[in-house]
Amino acid sequence: MSDKSHDPNQMTGAAMIVRALIDHGVTDIFGYPGGAVLPIYDEIFQQSEVQHILVRHEQGAGHAAEGYARSTGKPGVALVTSGPGATNMVTPLTDALMDSIPLVCISGQVPTHLIGNDAFQECDTVGITRPCTKHNWLVRDVNDLAKVLHEAFYVATSGRPGPVLVDVPKDVQFATGTYHPPRKSDVHRSYAPRVKGDATQIRKAVALLANAKRPVIYSGGGVINSGPDATKLLRELVEVTGFPITSTLMGLGAYPASGKNWLGMLGMHGTYEANMTMHDCDVMLCVGARFDDRITGRVDAFSPGSKKIHIDIDPSSINKNIRVDVPIIGDCGNILGDILQVFKAEAKKPDIKSWWQQIAQWRARNSLYYKKSNDVILPQHAIQSLFEATRGKDTYITTEVGQHQMWAAQFYGFEEPHRWMTSGGLGTMGYGLPAAVGVQVAHPDSLVIDIAGDASVQMTMQEMSTAVQYELPIKIFILNNQYMGMVRQWQQLLHGNRLSHSYSEALPDFVKLAEAYGAVGLQVHKPVDLEGAIKEMISVKRPVLFDCRVAALENCFPMIPSGKAHNEMLLPEQANDEATAKAFAGGKALV
Amino acid sequence: MNQPASAYFIEDRHDPNETHTLAVLVQNEPGVLARVIGLFSGRGYNIESLTVSETEAQKHLSRITIVTTGTPMVIEQIKHQLDRMIPVYRVVDMTLTKRSIERELAMVKVRGQGEHRVEALRLADAFRARVIDATTESFVFEITGNTDKINQFIDLMRPLGLVEVSRTGVAAIGRGPEGM
Repeated sequence: MSDKSHDPNQMTGAAMIVRALIDHGVTDIFGYPGGAVLPIYDEIFQQSEVQHILVRHEQGAGHAAEGYARSTGKPGVALVTSGPGATNMVTPLTDALMDSIPLVCISGQVPTHLIGNDAFQECDTVGITRPCTKHNWLVRDVNDLAKVLHEAFYVATSGRPGPVLVDVPKDVQFATGTYHPPRKSDVHRSYAPRVKGDATQIRKAVALLANAKRPVIYSGGGVINSGPDATKLLRELVEVTGFPITSTLMGLGAYPASGKNWLGMLGMHGTYEANMTMHDCDVMLCVGARFDDRITGRVDAFSPGSKKIHIDIDPSSINKNIRVDVPIIGDCGNILGDILQVFKAEAKKPDIKSWWQQIAQWRARNSLYYKKSNDVILPQHAIQSLFEATRGKDTYITTEVGQHQMWAAQFYGFEEPHRWMTSGGLGTMGYGLPAAVGVQVAHPDSLVIDIAGDASVQMTMQEMSTAVQYELPIKIFILNNQYMGMVRQWQQLLHGNRLSHSYSEALPDFVKLAEAYGAVGLQVHKPVDLEGAIKEMISVKRPVLFDCRVAALENCFPMIPSGKAHNEMLLPEQANDEATAKAFAGGKALV
Repeated sequence: MNQPASAYFIEDRHDPNETHTLAVLVQNEPGVLARVIGLFSGRGYNIESLTVSETEAQKHLSRITIVTTGTPMVIEQIKHQLDRMIPVYRVVDMTLTKRSIERELAMVKVRGQGEHRVEALRLADAFRARVIDATTESFVFEITGNTDKINQFIDLMRPLGLVEVSRTGVAAIGRGPEGM
């Protein structure tokens, strides 16, 4: 050995990885071992600063890391082996890319001399994950590893956050090289996201806001990603201007659901008042949202009479779907601060009393109405009961994807950001259970509930085993209607009620399943028993599978039939066969 | 049907397509070209021509010149999507600057005898193409110019015994003293 052996920065690639995690403040990672990451696992074994959570499937590691990231604002970290380990990460990486979640995935790779040889458990990981990461790297030289790892954390967490992947061949993990800690002075050569908004644009925006007669604020996940300042400033802006505010699915919690200016969520399953306000407004302030097709409906009929201000850190979001009048590129916290400053100095609260009167009329339509029953639990009622039972508690909610997700968004009132973890852009069934694992790891003493559907939850059910192993008392609240409810809803509305493969013929007994995992199973059929059962679920300090049997054929309304405009919503009381047929005329092409 | 049936089919705009030449300065690292091409295929953009080469070895810089077509909104998207890629330094729309020179190089093989051969040589001279290989029954011409000129030359060679063409694709640079 040379003198270098005494240099504390000389270490193996595997040791560098663990060291870099520690240097970036990572305390928990989610992973699954395998041949190509054994040196890293050996390092993990010999230290105690980074806790490793062993999942049951790599997809679970990815979603758990996402849940961790969304609930903390810190990057989530996943560690997987080569080949199938990496391919199993494709779904969570894509999910994180769509929802702008900072994720650092470290994957093992076969030794460099075997790359390209179709070696055992080899795949072109950087090739496969290139379109589903913000950036990725294959590290061929151990002396590049420290730099790449620091860059990976920087890229994942700066600008518009997103997932990154670092692929490390096994020989690089074994090789010894020089580590250097992250340095503030490390400036990325080609990547420098713009943070500060353009002052002229901000003035234009304030001028529009100050003269608005029918304004609306439409906020999104970007506000939450930006951090606590953005949330605070958004709330202040609403207060100072008195404007109504709606939010995307991803943005729920940035403005409290109990706030007096809150319109509810907008979009396909948003409230009537939110969508009508969007449609009829004269000035729209979009903060950290991206005019997704589930939000806009028919783009050529989207808010036809409004001037649109769009704040986004990603220039490619501007004018992608909807042409806007005043784009402002930068961090929304930063820009909201500037807007507020100029607004306070130069404008006064616009008089929009008649606009609020109009909104009150729309609100009076009560678009989230549903008919309660004494015989059977309505899914909406189940969510409301859950909300009441957890109100004021330190609660985090995750969801799977489908009707239950939309009902959760409609009926669970979020007061704070980072409390709502859902797969918005990609719509990943199976997201919620492992995400709940990740959230509970980050917040061991909080109440973490996955609002699930009976179909979704089976996609990643194996992670119950993880929850039991690490004593993570997650609550899986299954709205069990024995259908893939949203698939069935669309089949009913659009495909002549031919329920092709949307019925779960052979559901497991969720109570027995819970017990098989060593968790607690609860089942409830009757509305009268619901409240007590939820109380019991909350009081149990162990993982719970809660089988809530709900009305099988209930559908999710209100709804903008896809391809229709915001003012063509289908409201629950109108959702009879005839109105439905009319609303969906044009047919099966709807997606 | 007057009204598009789905949000996914709504892009019913009939804005005319434009052709733009983009110069993209990238960090010369493995896979960077795959990223750029993957962006175009993944998002359904067109590539009419693509040229890439390292331009500054010491700084590890490569320059990619892409000729693409799309509506103005799509062209704007392409530029933003390219610009947000991590290894991309700069994207310049050479068409928008209106002060750029575009050149392409082609090697054109023509086979023929007698009058055809003489005519090919005469046309090559008119187009300032050079003969870089010759046999008693063939020529390889080297021609440089903008895309239209090369297309025109190739069209003229067709009846004279055109065998094959190899083209570099478009390279572009701005006029005047400033760099990109």
